[in-house]
Amino acid sequence: MIRFINVSKEYKNGVKALSNINLNIEKGEFVFLVGPSGAGKSTLIKLILKEENPTDGRIYLNNEDITYVKNRKIPYIRRNVGVVFQDFRLLPNKTVYENVAFAMEIIGAHPKEIRRNVPMVLSMVDLSKKAHNYPHELSGGEHQRVAIARAIVNSPPILIADEPTGNLDPDTAWEIMKVLRDINRRGTTILMATHAKDIVDAMKRRVVEIEKGTIIRDEEKGVYEHEITNS
Amino acid sequence: MSMRLRIASNIIKQGFKGVWRNKAMGLASITSITAVLLILGIVLILILSLNNIVLDTRERFDEVQVFLEDEITSAQMEEIEKKAKASNKLVSVTFKSKDEALEEMKEGWGDEGYLLEGLEENPLPHTLILKLKDIEYAEDVVKSIENLEGIEEIQYNYDIMEKLVLFTNYIRTGGLAIVLILILVSIFIISNTIKLTVTARKREINIMKYVGATNGYIRGPFVIEGVVFGLIGAIISILAVNYGYNYFFNAASDKLYVLFTVYLVPPKALMQDIVIIFTAIGAGIGALGSLVSMKRFLNV
Ligand SMILES: Nc1ncnc2c1ncn2[C@@H]1O[C@H](COP(=O)(O)OP(=O)(O)OP(=O)(O)O)[C@@H](O)[C@H]1O
Ligand SMILES: [Mg+2]
Repeated sequence: MIRFINVSKEYKNGVKALSNINLNIEKGEFVFLVGPSGAGKSTLIKLILKEENPTDGRIYLNNEDITYVKNRKIPYIRRNVGVVFQDFRLLPNKTVYENVAFAMEIIGAHPKEIRRNVPMVLSMVDLSKKAHNYPHELSGGEHQRVAIARAIVNSPPILIADEPTGNLDPDTAWEIMKVLRDINRRGTTILMATHAKDIVDAMKRRVVEIEKGTIIRDEEKGVYEHEITNS
Repeated sequence: MSMRLRIASNIIKQGFKGVWRNKAMGLASITSITAVLLILGIVLILILSLNNIVLDTRERFDEVQVFLEDEITSAQMEEIEKKAKASNKLVSVTFKSKDEALEEMKEGWGDEGYLLEGLEENPLPHTLILKLKDIEYAEDVVKSIENLEGIEEIQYNYDIMEKLVLFTNYIRTGGLAIVLILILVSIFIISNTIKLTVTARKREINIMKYVGATNGYIRGPFVIEGVVFGLIGAIISILAVNYGYNYFFNAASDKLYVLFTVYLVPPKALMQDIVIIFTAIGAGIGALGSLVSMKRFLNV
């Protein structure tokens, strides 16, 4: 699904955010990306979303080489990847329903399909009752559930979440994790950058740890911190 | 409806929504575009009318008039004719006697022609009219005959022509330069107007990008917004030029400037061009203005 081969990223200001990253994420996996602040987690995500280009190495998405692609093609790559951010990014002047439908409209989906899919994903994130509320009428957790609904409404094979629980209290964070787990069970590959130790520890999924731009640990059913760094 | 059509209709819908949302700021764009087009209209009318004058003058003045002494001999006249024809720069040579000249003048004066009846003696000279192949030959022809016997005076209008052509060129270059500058100014104004909307909707644009909207999809509504402002400006100025110029033209024809009206472009002939030119420029300014304003926002 996602494959990094010897990928390095140096920003224009000279910061080496990633060096020599090798990573292979298979279809259906749920992967946590952990590491201290400034380690390069968001940078890695930006490379997948084609927000930044790598300075070295190759990146594959769905077996397609996306290392260097024409600007014109980037939107079509992004349609294969749903994204969720810490700050939700909803449109304040649109209702919950409209915020989700918006993602389908821009790709020219059929109205019938929109009317069918939007209520479906809203029920998946348990927001059917709030469909006609505006974002300012929602709690933080509900905000994030709308953002998740929007990210998956076009059924992308991959969902990427950059600290999706970063702004939420622990209980609400768990609500979100349950939603993400459900989505993953339906076959969507998930890559999630996070600082939430207890979530990572409890979920027992694959953990990739980055520090200073290099992968220092990659283990199945891992925990947030390595035993050595713990002691 | 196919997917492409739905996308296009979404873009158009968003564009018109934007027009409505920004109607207050749009007024600035519309005003500037209207001003540019009105000035362009005046420049066009000036240039076209001047062109008519130049063409007409060229035709009318491509001759040299040789006024002859009353007591000229036929030998002298033949000599003049021979010298003038020598360089092969003439179309024709016509002799107009003083009586014919007076008759012609009477006709030209029309109702007031009787005033000339009272003249004791015809003050007009015999004239030899040398029709030139090109007005530029005037000077050469004049030089070849000016020292001959029997000539009272030679008149030609090369000077006038030259000045007229020069003057027309000034108007044309100056007018177009002004219009060009104004077009740039209004592209700037409209791009700033739209930049305000773009900035206000930065968040939305950012979200659209993450959901996979193409640049065309994001840019489309803003381009439509600009084009609509441009077209509104074009319609206003087409109407204004149409009514304004018709009014001016009729007033000029009705009053004493009949002679001058002959040179004015007829409003009907003008309007067709004006509609095409104004629509194209209005829409073009609008589209360019919004593209300029979007440029920065579309990277990433
Ligand atoms: N656009 C940018 N231009 C220059 N440097 C950047 C840019 N984005 C990030 N960096 C730098 O790259 C390094 C990695 O940043 P990144 O955002 O990937 O870290 P992170 O692991 O996501 O951190 P956090 O956990 O705080 O979100 C940091 O040193 C950061 O300052
Ligand atoms: Mg980050």
